[in-house]
Amino acid sequence: MRWIIDFLNSSIGKKIIVSFTGIFLCSFLLVHLSGNFLLFRSDQGEAFEVYSKFMSTNGIIGFLEIGLALGFAIHIFNTLRLTLENKRARPVPYAVNKASENSSLTSRTMFYSGLLVLSFLIIHLKSYFWEHRIVGSDLTMYQSVVESFKDPVYGGFYVFAMVLLGLHLNHGFESAFQTLGLNHKKYTPIIKFLGLLFSIIVPAGFASMPIYFFIYQ
Amino acid sequence: MKLTLKVWRQKDAKSKGDFKTYELSDVSPDMSFLEMIDILNEKLIDSKEDPIAFDHDCREGICGSCGLYVNGRAHGLKRGITVCQLHMRSFNDGETVWIEPWRAKPFPVLKDLIVDRSPLDRIMQAGGFISARTGSAPDAHAVLIDHDTAELAMDAAACIGCGACVAACKNASAMLFVSAKVSQFALLPQGHPERESRVLAMVAQMDKEGFGSCTNTGACEAECPKSISITNIARLNREYLKAVIK
Repeated sequence: MRWIIDFLNSSIGKKIIVSFTGIFLCSFLLVHLSGNFLLFRSDQGEAFEVYSKFMSTNGIIGFLEIGLALGFAIHIFNTLRLTLENKRARPVPYAVNKASENSSLTSRTMFYSGLLVLSFLIIHLKSYFWEHRIVGSDLTMYQSVVESFKDPVYGGFYVFAMVLLGLHLNHGFESAFQTLGLNHKKYTPIIKFLGLLFSIIVPAGFASMPIYFFIYQ
Repeated sequence: MKLTLKVWRQKDAKSKGDFKTYELSDVSPDMSFLEMIDILNEKLIDSKEDPIAFDHDCREGICGSCGLYVNGRAHGLKRGITVCQLHMRSFNDGETVWIEPWRAKPFPVLKDLIVDRSPLDRIMQAGGFISARTGSAPDAHAVLIDHDTAELAMDAAACIGCGACVAACKNASAMLFVSAKVSQFALLPQGHPERESRVLAMVAQMDKEGFGSCTNTGACEAECPKSISITNIARLNREYLKAVIK
């Protein structure tokens, strides 16, 4: 058992856990996005209501929800640990440092883009999960989604958070594969291309919802 | 050429250092960067001041001794060279040049621009070797290995251990160095018997020394004087994972 603890506490072990949970969270984004596209059906939210009822009452989904929460928690815990260790590894900064000459902005700001996505996640959980599942609301899920998207501040923050999610995914997606040791001259260009597509299409898909309801409702 | 130099001066490991400003005229564009510091040092000695301490040896980019953070870049602004191969023609007349030592917790400053890079040696001592005697170079057809693999191993073995990867990395991670050393053995048959124990020992020592962890920014690869690729870091991760689960 000692070897598992050693692995989880090693630099590479921590990174591998971050990439595994990262890829898992990417799969969640796809499921969440495809479900949310039901908002666009012109049925006054009927299909979306059926979907959200199913998601909040089905036992298997409830079980998977625990896995999802754990996925987030482990991803955040390990990145926090790694970030603190990485900061400690350079106690004296350079007086002049031209990092932009050797690395991309998205790769250097993963902690901050992640932090902003996390703050969005907390607000997001408060407005839908907390209000409906914990407190209980008179509104249907569809109604409260439409209501919240009418507010330009909420919708604006939502879109802003999706831009940051895009930046986070832009580096995170391909980085996860590199950390898992999957760097290959045949497949890495494909992974990079898929990562670019994923980091544009998924956040754009989510951002299209507040924009659509703000304009048409 | 006339230059304004901002140089990190620190008496010893225990003292607090700061930047000192020096004006230097009559700098030839054909001088190497280290020759330029030599000229400054002669002037300092003439005026009974303490010359600037910096590491150097071969001055042709193969020994890995020199290493300075020049104007915010490891080994200066040019790619694929060490700071001894940087020439003053890469600077503009009248430019201000900042010269700093490598900055990383495992690399404490010993004096001025010299840092202690012995953590890299300790990582090598932990596993960067082959225990059995491998003899002299075998005949080319005696060990069957394809050309591409031999080239990959040679590219990794080009690492001179200067520490620029640590210096350039925002996390002060030594993973490019360790990955190059692990790769040069993992790719060749002579390195296979100790493949797993080597990677486990070297990564454990790397972590013990207090280096940060790679976040795949690619800064190390861009600043490495031997242009060692981060595909080696992927190989290191792979080798480590395989060794752990085996």
